[in-house]
Amino acid sequence: MNEFSNAFRTALQLLVEMDPGLFEIVLLSLRVSLSAVILAAVFALPLGAFVALTAFPGRRSVVILMNAMMSLPPVVVGLVIYLLLSRTGPLGVTGLLFTPTAMIIAQCVLVFPIIAALTRQTVFDLHEEYDEYLRSVGAGTWQKITTLLWDGRARLLTAILAGFGRAIAEVGAVIIVGGNILHSTRVMTTTIALETSKGDLGMALGLGIILVLIAVIVNTAVVTIGGGASRRTV
Amino acid sequence: MQSQHHMLPLVVIGASYVVDGKAIIEDVSFTIHEAGLTALLGPNGAGKSSLLKLCHGLLPLSAGSIRWGDADVQEVQRRQAMVFQRPVLLRRSAAENIEHVLKLRGASAGERARVIEESLDWAGLAGIADMPARKLSGGEQQSLTIARAWALNPEVLLLDEPTANLDPAATRRVEDLIRSFAGAGKKIIMATHNIAQAQRLADEVLFLNHGRLLEHAPAEQFMSGPSDPLAARFIAGELVD
Amino acid sequence: MREGQKKLFAGMTLLAAVAAVASYAFLSSPKGQSITLASTTSTENSGLLGYLLPIFKDESGIAVRVVAVGTGQAMRMAMKGDADVILVHHRPSEEQFVREGYGVERIAVMHNDFVIVGPAADPAGIKGMTDVASALGRVRSSRAFFVSRGDDSGTHKRELSLWAALEFQLGDDDGDWYRQSGSGQGATLNVASEMDAYCLSDRASWVTFANKRSLQLLVEGDPLLLNPYSVILVDPRKYAHIKAAEGQQFIDWLVSEHGQQLIAAFQIEGQQLFFPDALEVAKE
Repeated sequence: MNEFSNAFRTALQLLVEMDPGLFEIVLLSLRVSLSAVILAAVFALPLGAFVALTAFPGRRSVVILMNAMMSLPPVVVGLVIYLLLSRTGPLGVTGLLFTPTAMIIAQCVLVFPIIAALTRQTVFDLHEEYDEYLRSVGAGTWQKITTLLWDGRARLLTAILAGFGRAIAEVGAVIIVGGNILHSTRVMTTTIALETSKGDLGMALGLGIILVLIAVIVNTAVVTIGGGASRRTV
Repeated sequence: MQSQHHMLPLVVIGASYVVDGKAIIEDVSFTIHEAGLTALLGPNGAGKSSLLKLCHGLLPLSAGSIRWGDADVQEVQRRQAMVFQRPVLLRRSAAENIEHVLKLRGASAGERARVIEESLDWAGLAGIADMPARKLSGGEQQSLTIARAWALNPEVLLLDEPTANLDPAATRRVEDLIRSFAGAGKKIIMATHNIAQAQRLADEVLFLNHGRLLEHAPAEQFMSGPSDPLAARFIAGELVD
Repeated sequence: MREGQKKLFAGMTLLAAVAAVASYAFLSSPKGQSITLASTTSTENSGLLGYLLPIFKDESGIAVRVVAVGTGQAMRMAMKGDADVILVHHRPSEEQFVREGYGVERIAVMHNDFVIVGPAADPAGIKGMTDVASALGRVRSSRAFFVSRGDDSGTHKRELSLWAALEFQLGDDDGDWYRQSGSGQGATLNVASEMDAYCLSDRASWVTFANKRSLQLLVEGDPLLLNPYSVILVDPRKYAHIKAAEGQQFIDWLVSEHGQQLIAAFQIEGQQLFFPDALEVAKE
């Protein structure tokens, strides 16, 4: 219990002092994870919708694969991307290893299947509901996609938030491709890992509390912004 | 948007619809010459819904042919509108539901605003334009789907048991709208198992049972005494299977 | 707006949004000069680098980006060209690194020492011993818990060489007392602290470790526990992209009188943790 009260005190102290180091870490965490989620969503939403609406040979296998990739271990993703971006790797010329960009790529890979798979399921269910109507009024495939995506926006927003949750909370991928470099690629989760490994458990827990706080703030913001829409959504 | 090609007469020859070896519609032939309201009457499971969807192009024919006048086959569906038994509405406001189909048809913003207002007015829904469509009452929802059909300005309106789930007041409201549609010179084909409703609205009746067309007659004639014995028992209120 | 025009507009807005996010996300190149230093977790955790590197940056304008992993991994990183300079502490590996053409030269920088820490109860009875070989021998015969780094780090390699001097080979039945954490020094000390186990640690990590609980420093001072650090520039002839000029500048700074004095001045809780070596070597 002592660790916990220690942690709360540390967290409060960090927040009250507006510790600039903390600010830098939080900002980078948000920048990396939000970028990853937005980038992933831009491609995962239409892809998920497309797979839901289009019958093509092997679709069943694609769906199984999409669902399975939601369980990609972050550390494995980190390792693969590290090998790709390493100087001696195929993409080494980009010089992206140990940069926030590499971290965004890694988290994007992790988040993409979550959004795609959940989008597919949502659109598929909505398709059952609306298929006859949409065909009756002559909607083309792209129009069907946009109609169903908008209609399912409440569920899709939840899918995107799930992706964000996965991104902001993971440490395995970003620590390998980012290197946890001070002032450069150190984010909340990697800092927590570092402080834990230094035995400073109070600090680690304190940062953990702040991380959860941030997740709550982001979720609240999203729900509030989408509040107008949610009133019209049943 | 009205083309020179007419939608009537509707000529159906030997139409069949088979699913998993079972004939939902079997060898149905009829011709409809005139506008007004044609009721597809029959007990539940008779195949009324399927026949309607075959005519609308939502289901593929297994055999036979369906021809709408001399209209271009590609265009036929676009010149029709369909209302389903359960009102299908998007998760947005009433007005936006109508706007959605107008956008699909490529209407300009100004045109859309005008048509939305007119359609909602026509259906008596002006007050709830901005309400979430799914929060409306059953009668309002179905009125909205009919208003949406009205906004499309179709030549043919197909309705699949539109009031089956509505209470009497809502039913009356919806039937008024259907009459209004018919009054504007549109061809209406409506599936129903409700004899009284057919009596109120129909100009002619197609009686179906087990996927077969058993009788085709003007409404008055049918209602006073159908030739087909099964139809007669149906009219008398018996359970026909 | 016509349907087609609307699609075009939507598509372009989407493209603009993606471009905005991408440019914000990807324009992450650090401003100014920088080099990548692969070093060890023990060096990082001690706080020495956090103290030294900002001073170097102020004086030279070069930012040193530290990736802190085990000695083995640091070297493998450098062998793949992912670091410009390495700062590690395992002489045989360092010599092989240079011999195989990956490093330009091994340059001694500083040393600290290893210590053996363990539970206050000290079941193996090694407190105060100065002969590390005997101490480890007692730990083994008492079969008291011992947590190893197990991660191919400099510390791990040193530990293994100490056991080897005892002619001790790890056997299958040693699993009940000899545990391998496969982690950095801090994490390993955490495990030792929770398990009330013995552990080999560099002094700097031990002093800065914040979760000691019942662990105490038990054995120190044996010459076998001396822990020298070297800095090596990754050979630019191996990889053209190595920032050799800036890397050399950093190395020169580290071994300069100024750099060496700074290293000596670094203290935690009133203790000097690292002892400069370069000037003495130069004097030889």
